[in-house]
Amino acid sequence: MAASDIAAVPATIPGAPRRASRLRRVARRPLPAIGATLLALLVLSALAAPWLTSHDPFEMNVVDRLMPPNETYWFGTDAYGRDIFTRTLYGGRVSLVIGASVAIASTVIGLFIGVLAGYFRLADAVLMRIMDGLMAIPGILLAIALMSLTRASMWVVIVAITIPEVPRVVRLVRAVVLSVREQVYIQAASAIGTRLPRLMIKHILPNTFAPLIVQATYIAASAVLVESYLSFLGVGTPPEIPSWGNIIAEGRLYVQIAFWNILFPSVFLALMVLSINILGDGLRDMLDPRLARRI
Amino acid sequence: MSASVLEVRDLVKHYEVGGGLFGRGRKQLRAVDGVSFSIAPGETLGLVGESGCGKSTVGKAVLRLVEPTAGHIALEGEDITTLGAAAMLERRKKMQVIFQDPYSSLNPRMKAGEIVQEPLINFGIGTRAEQQERVAALFARVGLRPDQRANYPHEFSGGQRQRLGIARALALGPSVIIGDEPVSALDVSVQAQVINLMMDLQQELGLSYLFVAHDLGVVEHISHRVAVMYLGKIVEIAGRAALFESPRHPYTEALLAAVPVSHPRARRRRTVLRGDVPSPINPPSGCRFHTRCPIAIARCREEEPPLIHGATGHGVACHLRTPTG
Amino acid sequence: MAPDPVLLVEELRTEFASGDGPPLVAVNDLSFRVDRGETLCIVGESGCGKSLTALSVLRLLPRPYGRIGGGRVLLDGKDLAKVSEPEIRAVRGRSVSMIFQEPMTSLNPVLNIGRQIAETVMVHEGLPWQACIDRALAMLKQVRIPEPERRLHEYPHQLSGGMRQRVMIAMALACRPRVLLADEPTTALDVTIQAQILDLIRDLQTETGTAVVLITHDLGVVAEMADRVLVMYAGSKVEEGSAEEIFDAPAHPYTRGLMGAMPHLGEARGARLNEIPGVVPALNARPPGCAFAPRCSQATARCHAEAPPVRNLGSTHTAACWEVGEGAAA
Repeated sequence: MAASDIAAVPATIPGAPRRASRLRRVARRPLPAIGATLLALLVLSALAAPWLTSHDPFEMNVVDRLMPPNETYWFGTDAYGRDIFTRTLYGGRVSLVIGASVAIASTVIGLFIGVLAGYFRLADAVLMRIMDGLMAIPGILLAIALMSLTRASMWVVIVAITIPEVPRVVRLVRAVVLSVREQVYIQAASAIGTRLPRLMIKHILPNTFAPLIVQATYIAASAVLVESYLSFLGVGTPPEIPSWGNIIAEGRLYVQIAFWNILFPSVFLALMVLSINILGDGLRDMLDPRLARRI
Repeated sequence: MSASVLEVRDLVKHYEVGGGLFGRGRKQLRAVDGVSFSIAPGETLGLVGESGCGKSTVGKAVLRLVEPTAGHIALEGEDITTLGAAAMLERRKKMQVIFQDPYSSLNPRMKAGEIVQEPLINFGIGTRAEQQERVAALFARVGLRPDQRANYPHEFSGGQRQRLGIARALALGPSVIIGDEPVSALDVSVQAQVINLMMDLQQELGLSYLFVAHDLGVVEHISHRVAVMYLGKIVEIAGRAALFESPRHPYTEALLAAVPVSHPRARRRRTVLRGDVPSPINPPSGCRFHTRCPIAIARCREEEPPLIHGATGHGVACHLRTPTG
Repeated sequence: MAPDPVLLVEELRTEFASGDGPPLVAVNDLSFRVDRGETLCIVGESGCGKSLTALSVLRLLPRPYGRIGGGRVLLDGKDLAKVSEPEIRAVRGRSVSMIFQEPMTSLNPVLNIGRQIAETVMVHEGLPWQACIDRALAMLKQVRIPEPERRLHEYPHQLSGGMRQRVMIAMALACRPRVLLADEPTTALDVTIQAQILDLIRDLQTETGTAVVLITHDLGVVAEMADRVLVMYAGSKVEEGSAEEIFDAPAHPYTRGLMGAMPHLGEARGARLNEIPGVVPALNARPPGCAFAPRCSQATARCHAEAPPVRNLGSTHTAACWEVGEGAAA
């Protein structure tokens, strides 16, 4: 089909006010809106935890241990009589912090390395071999190794999860930079005297933002999961701090008599990962220029 | 000739292609293999040829967007072939370029006004306000409305984008503009607008053009002199009238014969050049055109003909043909 | 009267669905005919709908947005616009073939040439495989490709642009179609190769009697190839006639503008090319009345308001314009 004929069909319908077309788009693809809403609810519940519950996440009431969900303890209690509802909400905070920090850190570091690798051939050879080496190590094992070398704390967890994620970002950024470099407008910019810094910032970098944002959401979801694995194995968040992984780990022993210990944190964990992934898919569809050309 | 605004001598550009592990078996792609010409102020040199002849590479090498393998380029009398990056940057003010594809030669994320302003920003010419004024003036000069400065490239048509490219090229006040197939991607009616614009600008500003193209009709219309390239070499170079009315090189003749007629009654049975254009990786020995040439003799296979200039400046590279006059 | 046409298109309307609004009309009430052994050139610039016209004949419109909204496409009396899916598949490649502008993307890169040509024969004529390969070889010889036996086993990437286009023509003619639709077949080729391919098409047409609909934006190609010419603008036919009629006396302002805008060999340097100001209107921004009126130097108020009628200017020459032919102001 002739490219000219495809171009003749307009990508958007001029004349229709912008706001209306955005709403129309949302109505046609409800998933990202659902993902965003769900995530927002989870975030809100975690942040507003002190006001949503009167219990203290650390308070032990041994008298009330292993109670099923009731009016006082909405999600029941664990082996030490702590309110699971409260602990689940507070655990959400840990996941949020980990997810966001890892996403941001890996994106920033990966962007820096990826741009160097994409633009300078010499740097490319060296850096990509290092990235290949990092990718060869299973992420969780690397995290466990790092954790066992240091004292347990949230910061170490964040670092441990970030390091294996960086190569993925680097690969993505490098691919974008390599393809953008060959675009004619980059040559044109050189011809009019644009120097390297401006070339990078104004012409090359902006092309990386859309794929990076999408990738960042997937990294956040993955980070939340990995943290829960690590905590479950006992090498993640220190056991005093309630995180979903920790709660599940402690509740594992009582699964047959008090399954609610595991049920609620697991459901929240699944919902958070699901909502982030759905949001990421939606962003990817929205930001993909080819898909966005649908009338 | 120190009066020329652009002079190119023995320009060579080779690429290394292919090759397996450790670079074994790499071949040389001889894109440009010894090209010389000069352009006077206010003159248009048309550079014409088919795919693989190297004409686009000549344009890019002259601009030093790709580095020449050998040869000399002189801009306004100064040899710029081996200038360092900083010095070359300064010379860019005098030599600008218009690209073929109006869609990919403009950054889709920048506003039109920013695109045309960027050269001024790069060289720190004027205050922001003065730059804005100059951009508005450039827009008007190329036939765009100044209020369109806030639009993005995708909001313009192909012809308008090409005008943007011309405005950007004019911003620094160059003396020579390299046009790399500037109208090939445009519709006929839009092509006419852009060609007229370029010719008007040449009249008004005394610009010189190196006009690289494959459409002979367009080249004849806009050029003062024309050079025909085949597989990395210039086979004929002459004034416009001389080249089109009395071509000397068999390849030029074949090109002109292959151009479609302009009226059905002008249809004639013509001898069409047989075979395909050989690859620049393995050019034929001797005269590169000998494999398709209708008058080739044994000597053509063995010995490469030099480009010989006649008294009027008409140059031909052929063992059997001399420039007239 | 002339014998029955091989292909008769009546008031073809091709549209694109556009969300909640009315459909966008890309081809607007187009009618034309092609006779046996005749070459009809459809000429226009991008966005005029000429490619879509050819795609509509074979119902190759992009799904789900594109569809034929009205009109008839009659091949030997059968309306291709209305036949069933299996029937139109039997027509494609057999009674009506099409070749495209970019041979590299039209050929399957992972199958060799022989297979691709033979496959067409096998699908339509059900012959045993060896007979299909023999036919493929015969076709390669007919399109005068050098070393045809070798090409049977080669892959598209091993051939040059001109050779690939010959392969496309071989595939298209393998089942002896009545009509060949050629959508800008030489636009992507060098001028010497273009001359070879155009000569080839002309020779093959004489040998086989196939009707050819040649779509192009290049008036030079039209002058070389056309028996009849159809000029399109913004989805509609603006002028039609024999090649000589159109080139001797172009009537419609758009046709005249196009001819004036093309630089011809042998013209004086410095003469300004005839510019047509403005741009082709977008699909959803077509003005009422004559689509060309906003860019026309002769447009009157009536031109802007009412769609122009088709005026007769000679034996086979018509133009859709208020300002030409009988009834015009001057």
